[in-house]
Amino acid sequence: MSLAATAAATAPALELDDLCVAYRVRGAWRQVLRGVSLSIAQGESFGLVGESGCGKSTAAFAVMRYLPRNGRVTSGEIRVGGADLLAMSEADVRRHRARTVSMVYQNPGAALNPSIRVGDQVAEVFEIAGASRAQARERTREMLAKVQIADAGRVMRRYPHQLSGGMQQRVVIAMALASDPTLLILDEPTTGLDATVEAEVLDLVASLRREFETSVLFISHNLAVIRRMCDRVGVLYAGRLVEEGPADEVFRDPRHPYSVGLLRCIPRGGVRKGERPLDTIPGFLPSPGADLRGCVFTERCGLAQEVCRAEEPPLYPVSEGRWSRCHFWPQAHEVPYTAVTPAGAGAARANGEAVLRVENASKTFRQDGHHVRALAEVDLGLRPGETLGLVGESGSGKSTLARVVLGLTAPDEGGRIELDGEPLAPTLAGRGTEDVRAIQIVFQNPDAALNRRFSVRRIVGRALTKLVGLSGERREARMRDLLHAVRFDDRLVGARPSQLSGGLKQRVAIARAFAGDPRVVVCDEPTSALDVSVQAAILNLLVELQAEKGVTYLFISHDLGVVRYLSDRIAVLYLGRLMELGSAETVFAPPHHPYTEALLSAVPTLEGEERPRIRLAGEIPSAAEPPAGCVFHTRCPRKWGEICEREEPPLAEVEPGHLLRCHIPLGELRRLQAAPPAPQSKTTS
Amino acid sequence: MTVTQDPLAITPVAPPRDEARVARREQIRLVLRSKTFIAGAIIVGFWVFCAAFGRAVAPYSPFETDILAKLEPPSAEHWFGTDRTGRDVFSRVLAGARDIMVVSLGATVLGTVLGTAIGLATGYLRGLVDDIVSRVVDAFLAVPVVVLGLLVLVAVTPSKLTVILVIGVVFTPIIARTVRAAVLAERELEYVEAARLRNERAPYIMFGEILPNVLAPVLVEFTVRLGYAIFAIATLSFLGVGIQPPAPDWGVQVFDHYQFLNGGDWWPTVFPAAAIATLVIGVNLVADGLTHALER
Repeated sequence: MSLAATAAATAPALELDDLCVAYRVRGAWRQVLRGVSLSIAQGESFGLVGESGCGKSTAAFAVMRYLPRNGRVTSGEIRVGGADLLAMSEADVRRHRARTVSMVYQNPGAALNPSIRVGDQVAEVFEIAGASRAQARERTREMLAKVQIADAGRVMRRYPHQLSGGMQQRVVIAMALASDPTLLILDEPTTGLDATVEAEVLDLVASLRREFETSVLFISHNLAVIRRMCDRVGVLYAGRLVEEGPADEVFRDPRHPYSVGLLRCIPRGGVRKGERPLDTIPGFLPSPGADLRGCVFTERCGLAQEVCRAEEPPLYPVSEGRWSRCHFWPQAHEVPYTAVTPAGAGAARANGEAVLRVENASKTFRQDGHHVRALAEVDLGLRPGETLGLVGESGSGKSTLARVVLGLTAPDEGGRIELDGEPLAPTLAGRGTEDVRAIQIVFQNPDAALNRRFSVRRIVGRALTKLVGLSGERREARMRDLLHAVRFDDRLVGARPSQLSGGLKQRVAIARAFAGDPRVVVCDEPTSALDVSVQAAILNLLVELQAEKGVTYLFISHDLGVVRYLSDRIAVLYLGRLMELGSAETVFAPPHHPYTEALLSAVPTLEGEERPRIRLAGEIPSAAEPPAGCVFHTRCPRKWGEICEREEPPLAEVEPGHLLRCHIPLGELRRLQAAPPAPQSKTTS
Repeated sequence: MTVTQDPLAITPVAPPRDEARVARREQIRLVLRSKTFIAGAIIVGFWVFCAAFGRAVAPYSPFETDILAKLEPPSAEHWFGTDRTGRDVFSRVLAGARDIMVVSLGATVLGTVLGTAIGLATGYLRGLVDDIVSRVVDAFLAVPVVVLGLLVLVAVTPSKLTVILVIGVVFTPIIARTVRAAVLAERELEYVEAARLRNERAPYIMFGEILPNVLAPVLVEFTVRLGYAIFAIATLSFLGVGIQPPAPDWGVQVFDHYQFLNGGDWWPTVFPAAAIATLVIGVNLVADGLTHALER
């Protein structure tokens, strides 16, 4: 061990050498990692990006020697701090997991044992390392303080379910760092967290990394997060690293067609739907174990030539510490765009009378004797053919508003919903077919939204029967049109959802929503469960359908880049209240509401520009006991004065078409938000 | 006017028809690979064969008495010996499979159908219906099946039909509770809301949309209950309120002969008792195998 220890001081924290991993599925070995080589220096942070199914998590599990039972390292080497991981005995592997490598998973709720108090779970790590009970508790307290948990003593006595998602992830990170590992593996650590919470967790990881001098393997599908967190990045495709280099260089000037494609899929830099469609990566990831000759990306590459099919490209050095596995790396950025014409160039500029009007909509839920006001006096009008983006943290009332509009939940007494000027019944039970088909929804998760026992034909056909009253030949014809409109191959109408890819499933869900020629379609995070290239295709489709049919979207998303790309106007919700409403340009540019400002600054960008960073203190307050005065004052980085605690500001039209709920006068907001980083930006410590 | 050109995006990697079949075959394979399931299926299969052809293959008529040869021990002539009226025990055990199988199957089917309907309704509708029905279910569950069955059956004339009705009704709340739990999980999925957004009526949502997705737990529950039903009916017959003599029922046979155990004449009791035991075990093994395969 001592020999290894001295070697560890100089050896890279992690070295993968031509690592191949295969899974045994139905009796056949399927190659998932195809010779991955990488090296992470001591104290370095390495990002692994790629779409789902590329093998990112498999690589992480291999490093933990924690592959599923049907998984096997078929060849190659893994060295952690110079020690050969694959040659270790079981006992050594356990020591390795306890001392050298820690892993943080995506879902902190599942990573913590629900029946053990937080303090005991973290303390266990110290006890395994040999600390006494009392010592372990003391060090747990210190560790939790380090991950910026304010009242460590109190949190230690809690059970995981009593903590918020961000808090849970902090605890998991505390546990991971408790063993003082040389290598920390983070597998999508912030996916599923709110942008504001994500920002805090990322800040925390960055500062802890400096403090502990830990090497990091950071896995994420979110390129901007990787861009922010990592020194170097590797782009993984079909189990093969296709490009590697310093993160800022790779993102600024990608040298592999796949990296180029990935970056083009993302709405960024304030591009709007009218300007140009998002690029997509055509085709699909080869299935695991597919026999790939030549370059793994050939099938989907716009630059592919004979040589790409015949010959696996070697590592072409691009510059110092940077290489690409593409025969044509100097021309990588010349990959032709898949989408040329501006999607929805003719998008009907929203105007005219509101198609849908929400007036004084409130929703109070009763929960254990408390009245929880999920939605408070929201007034909104949706114009024909426009997209209204709805943003806010989880618990801000976005989904409640959507449900009220759809009639799935009745608003409180006094609320009104009007369609084309006619009042709608509060719930579906009172609405006629005409009203029901006029407002439809595309859900976030197509796996849950499509009945898994039904074929595509039955899912879409049933909607046509019920909403339009079609049957027989006419129904078939209409279904073909509909599926064609969403680019769904009608040869697949017999397939069940489980046989379709995520993007195809979402297309079916969109077809269903459009079956009855709706006036308004609620899109509830329709792309957040999809990979970026698929997301781009779905967003393009939504834009096209809008241009064609003049439908209005109520678009809910936590991804501000997506909202900005798609929305004409944006509504910002906080604790069920409308804080700001205005055109996309006004809301995204200062002066805006301090909450909007904080939301925007929380999102990491691909450009990696340093922006004034505003961190929101603490967590979103409980809707059961909203703060007095302005509900945002407890977390507001720009709190104006005592008036904010006393009096709720009205939603005032500060500029034409720009509504703001803030005591700060617009001029003052403009001055404040133009100023350099606010000194009063807080953290939870 | 096509704007986005992603022609490949509509062609999936593998022909999907195949994958559906593969997935289903995989599940069947998983069931068939389970040794528990196979062992159970062989036992149950044997008794099903007896239920169908028992009387045809039996060496004697199950009703033919022979006063001169009563209570004879097992021999080459009478493999399982003869009972107190000289009937061939082996033939009666073979023939006895039919009644108990028919009655227990009938009762379980009845209980599953009623229970599934109630479970779907309470789980989907929730509210007051759920509260009331669930309390009634709880009350039912507090009393042991056999006691409840006994109480009812002494009040009415026992016959195969009444046994089926009574056991079926007694099982209903138990099955309803299992189905309700599965439905509670399903109703949270958005396809249910999508159905409401098509103006679907509640019965369609329950039986058309949700039921196909809870069939796996229903099937498992059915098999488990079948085991209990066999046991309960044999017990009731033993107590004299189940299947009535002179039917060659196993429980009746045990009741008729257990007092002879003291005299050392074990065969007319032990063989039908063993038949009950093997059938119950067989059904439970099948249930176990299904549970593992279907409920991951």
